[in-house]
Amino acid sequence: MLNAKVLGIVFPNMHDENLGDMTELRSMGSMPFGGRYRMIDFSLSSLVAAGVTKVGVIAKSNYHSLMDHLGSGRAWDLSRKRDGLSIFPPNSYAQTEYYHGRIEALHNIIAYIKNSPVDYVAVMDCDNVCNLDMEEIVNYHIDSEAEITMVCRPPLEGEDCSRDCIAIKRDEFGRISEFLFNSCEEGYYVSMNIFIAGKERLIEIIEQAQSRMKVYFERDLLHENVGKMRLQSYVFEGFCRRIQDSRSYFEANMALLNDNCRRELFVEQRPVYTKVRDDAPVRYGLNAKVKNTLAADGCVILGEVENCLLFRGVYVGEGAVLKNCIVMQDTVIEKDSRIEYAITDKDVKIGESRSIIGHSNYPLYIKKWTVI
Amino acid sequence: MKECIAMLLAGGQGSRLYALTQDIAKPAVPYGGKYRIIDFPLSNCVNSGIDTVGVLTQYQPLELNEYIGSGGPWDLDRMGGGVHILPPYQKSHGSDWYLGTANAIYQNINFIERYDPEYVLILSGDHIYKMNYAKMLAHHKEREAACTIAVLEVPMEEASRFGIMNCREDLSIYEFEEKPKEPKSNLASMGIYIFSWSKLREYLIADSANPESRNDFGGDVIPAMLAAGERMFAWSFDGYWKDVGTIDSLWEANMDLLDPNVPFDLWDPSWKIYSRNPIKPPHYIAEGSMIQNSIVTEGCEIRGTVDFSVLFDSVTVEEGATVRDSIIMPGTVIKSGADIEYAIIAENSLIESGAKVGERPENIEEKDKWGIAVVGPESLIEAGRVVEPKAMVYGGTRRAE
Repeated sequence: MLNAKVLGIVFPNMHDENLGDMTELRSMGSMPFGGRYRMIDFSLSSLVAAGVTKVGVIAKSNYHSLMDHLGSGRAWDLSRKRDGLSIFPPNSYAQTEYYHGRIEALHNIIAYIKNSPVDYVAVMDCDNVCNLDMEEIVNYHIDSEAEITMVCRPPLEGEDCSRDCIAIKRDEFGRISEFLFNSCEEGYYVSMNIFIAGKERLIEIIEQAQSRMKVYFERDLLHENVGKMRLQSYVFEGFCRRIQDSRSYFEANMALLNDNCRRELFVEQRPVYTKVRDDAPVRYGLNAKVKNTLAADGCVILGEVENCLLFRGVYVGEGAVLKNCIVMQDTVIEKDSRIEYAITDKDVKIGESRSIIGHSNYPLYIKKWTVI
Repeated sequence: MKECIAMLLAGGQGSRLYALTQDIAKPAVPYGGKYRIIDFPLSNCVNSGIDTVGVLTQYQPLELNEYIGSGGPWDLDRMGGGVHILPPYQKSHGSDWYLGTANAIYQNINFIERYDPEYVLILSGDHIYKMNYAKMLAHHKEREAACTIAVLEVPMEEASRFGIMNCREDLSIYEFEEKPKEPKSNLASMGIYIFSWSKLREYLIADSANPESRNDFGGDVIPAMLAAGERMFAWSFDGYWKDVGTIDSLWEANMDLLDPNVPFDLWDPSWKIYSRNPIKPPHYIAEGSMIQNSIVTEGCEIRGTVDFSVLFDSVTVEEGATVRDSIIMPGTVIKSGADIEYAIIAENSLIESGAKVGERPENIEEKDKWGIAVVGPESLIEAGRVVEPKAMVYGGTRRAE
């Protein structure tokens, strides 16, 4: 448990545009992931595991599903008299405006930050799936006497860094010496869009930047202050996947079928909390044939399922065959249908004897409520 | 004032479940992959619109208390109501354990009076069933009854194992017989009563003053009310109902969930059964495993063969292990090459490679000749060890590790 008091600030809407249709009705933070989670669960659970009891969520748009998911914050033990979860939709303060960048967004809630009895602030987006030890990261920040510590990781093999990606060059002491935008070079690290700062210093930085009409935190603020501010970087070596498009979303989910990835993401001492739905356990039928599959509660599986991720309440009828699919909550697949390389969103109904086949580098996406 | 509150008798030891109830009360016994028996009456209450439940505990209450907590999982953390644990307590004039079911309620008259209810529903934590108590209450109100007792039609040849209600055509009860040798009817009491509170209060006080009484609902209070000519009615229930008081019945009740012909659907969203959910990722079925006719919940890792079984959360079945016709409770690990058949293995046990627990009977019809093997919680079954059918291993051998 951390000795220092930390305030968590979570941005669920940053990177929404990466997922196109999938985030038409939701934010990145409320994007379903891993069979029973939403992206924001990973951020919140990391904070809570380190003993953080106060978290502000800065929503911007499409936040209905997010609010529904978070509720009072009880599932994360954040429904409290002291501290707890606060959600800030746009215009939640009289003088605030619809924000454009992170600086403005943080400035909009500067009173909330000022009034929080904490020493440090941890700011995170929801586009990375990982299980961070925030205690270690905050302690690293404190020990390195940095003004801002950014969390980064080595690039993945073959990672596409041409979109929505910030790369960091760090020296042998972990000091940040350069930022690259939408590209990555040999020896650089990829930003996980998570940073730690001292509360008082952060307030100063944000107020100064806001009055100078700065918009983007990394581009207009950090980038310009390389060498002037004490910018530190913490390297995370565990399992991490960045959701930058539908293909990386597909692959990140599928990575959970790998034992090692799963074990790194779901560690005993830092459980990943999520809203509970009270589904019954999964029922496998008489002729079920299931291989290399992750299934959440509430599913009824009577057919054949291979290399799939089944979210809560999915029904797979007799004789249906599912391969390499991500099947979101309450999807119904009637008997004798065949589906490969597809992502079906919530409440999709696929009738009898349908055939839907995508490809590994182009998984088909079927929108919420679609009936085929 | 509340129209109806529920009092749930959860002090039972469940002594016939032996190894499974050494450290926990019977209502806390796990069932159906992610439930405990008490989830059924609690969920029924909430689904029936009853928001105030007193849970009377006595035997080994620790785990049950922790499980119920503030009642959040059942939506029973309410202002002006909710779930309350009611253990026996010390009074200014002495203190008593709960002596019988009626005495347990008698000792909590003050709790009930706080809500000033018109009706009190008496439940037990021994049965698996889904029931809308609101329908039973409506029946009670329509007949202006003093007491309504839920009954189930049982096969006539089994009637002598139950408490039997002998009724007139309008379902008014004229006689109650506990385990009659020659039953006159097949309407068995389910141990679910609705009383008009003013009446019950009167009879509880009289019962408590009677030194002859064993202070039991079925044995004393109901007969006394019948003798006094009170309006007593049966309310007939025709859904699934199972007493899980023995190892065999607990095993059967779990197996019933795997049988599509048994009319008991946990997947029906209109009558959810709530429970305290473990914080675990979805379960994983590996390449090369075989899973059919089974129920599995979150946190499990299956690499072996699982058939006709119920697996609770965080169970590991290693490659080459076989689990058939069995119930495996949370956190248990079945090592590769172990063989589990017709068994109940309680939580956090370790079954090492090559161990064999239970056996498939040669002739399933000859029920007397076979039985379920039981491994108690936190047990270690060493490599190569054989646990015979009907045998029971317990004593927390794994804790010593």
